[in-house]
Amino acid sequence: MVQLTLPKNSRVGKGRHFAAPAGAKRTKTFKIYRYDPEGLENPRWDTYDVDVDACGPMLLDVLIHIKNNIDPTLTFRRSCREGVCGSCSMNIGGRNTLACTHGWEEVPGAQITIAPLPSLPVVKDLVPDLTMFYAQYASIEPWLQTETPMPQKEWRQDPADREKLDGLYECILCACCTTSCPSYWWNGEKYLGPATLLHAYRWIIDSRDEATGDRLDALEDPFKLYRCHTIMNCAQVCPKGLNPAKAIAEIKKMLAERVV
Amino acid sequence: MTEANKGVRERPRSPHLQVWRWHVTMLTSILNRVTGVGLYGAFLIGAAWAVSLAAGPEAYATFMGVMGSAIGRLVLFLITVAAFYHLACGIRHLVWDTGKGFEIKTSDASSWAVIIFGVVASIAVWVIAAMTGAL
Repeated sequence: MVQLTLPKNSRVGKGRHFAAPAGAKRTKTFKIYRYDPEGLENPRWDTYDVDVDACGPMLLDVLIHIKNNIDPTLTFRRSCREGVCGSCSMNIGGRNTLACTHGWEEVPGAQITIAPLPSLPVVKDLVPDLTMFYAQYASIEPWLQTETPMPQKEWRQDPADREKLDGLYECILCACCTTSCPSYWWNGEKYLGPATLLHAYRWIIDSRDEATGDRLDALEDPFKLYRCHTIMNCAQVCPKGLNPAKAIAEIKKMLAERVV
Repeated sequence: MTEANKGVRERPRSPHLQVWRWHVTMLTSILNRVTGVGLYGAFLIGAAWAVSLAAGPEAYATFMGVMGSAIGRLVLFLITVAAFYHLACGIRHLVWDTGKGFEIKTSDASSWAVIIFGVVASIAVWVIAAMTGAL
């Protein structure tokens, strides 16, 4: 259901301010979403004036700098710090991206807002609950399905068919696209969302997969697939430069071509 | 310090529209919905016109008086914009349905194109209407 405002327990209040250390020459203010699951208060916006000469160029560097030097209670996910694991996805300056590959100087505005991925239940601070996202990914059965007997060596694929997977296999499941989608914000429990549908398409067009018909059947549903209205937020924010909107359009095309 | 929370408390929902920085593609998408709903209202005005026509000269004169007023004309102009904009968006969706035009640059450009078309075509129709004395 469309719910334009946040429920009462989710409204974000004013938080604490952490001033820059004396002697800092160049500072930038970061406004960060905070939520303490052990307390009783609503989420709040804390602001940190960071001495940017003291930390690295990426937003993840800024977050680690804050955690190490200013406020150790700040909680966020991170791992590879090079855009491969998809752990540090969050909403930065109003757009979903990976904190590790996004420089703070690329974000417009005097103050940079950092929030968890949109419209998800928040576990703590910048850590959202992605249980439903993973369950939806699992629901499309993202593995090779075959009926012909297993070959002696590998399943073979010619270079042209392999090329069809380019722009799809690179997805790291960071959920930037899915949580950028207003359709997913309003109908996330029924609409599969861009990331899951991109993966569904990745298996549908895999020349080695023999469950194409079943895969298409599973998506023929007013909500799972057709809640995509080509809003394009998914492609606009994908940190890997992929285009889930196009993948979804290709699935719709295949479903239409099946009928005619 | 706050008292520790003993019960299970519902997790808050993270901000969405409250923090999002819009792309032009997102704007044109919601405007397509808004103009679509608006055009339903426009059909009611069209139906009112037909009813007033059937109800006799007095009712018709009243209807034309209302629609000829400044507010009536503004509403008619907005309906024109909504109709042209919605038409252009519909054609854009037809192109998208063929699997083309999904690159970010292309979809940004087509977003601006449908906005500009909606406004320019509406102004053109009203200028032609004024020149031919239809207003």
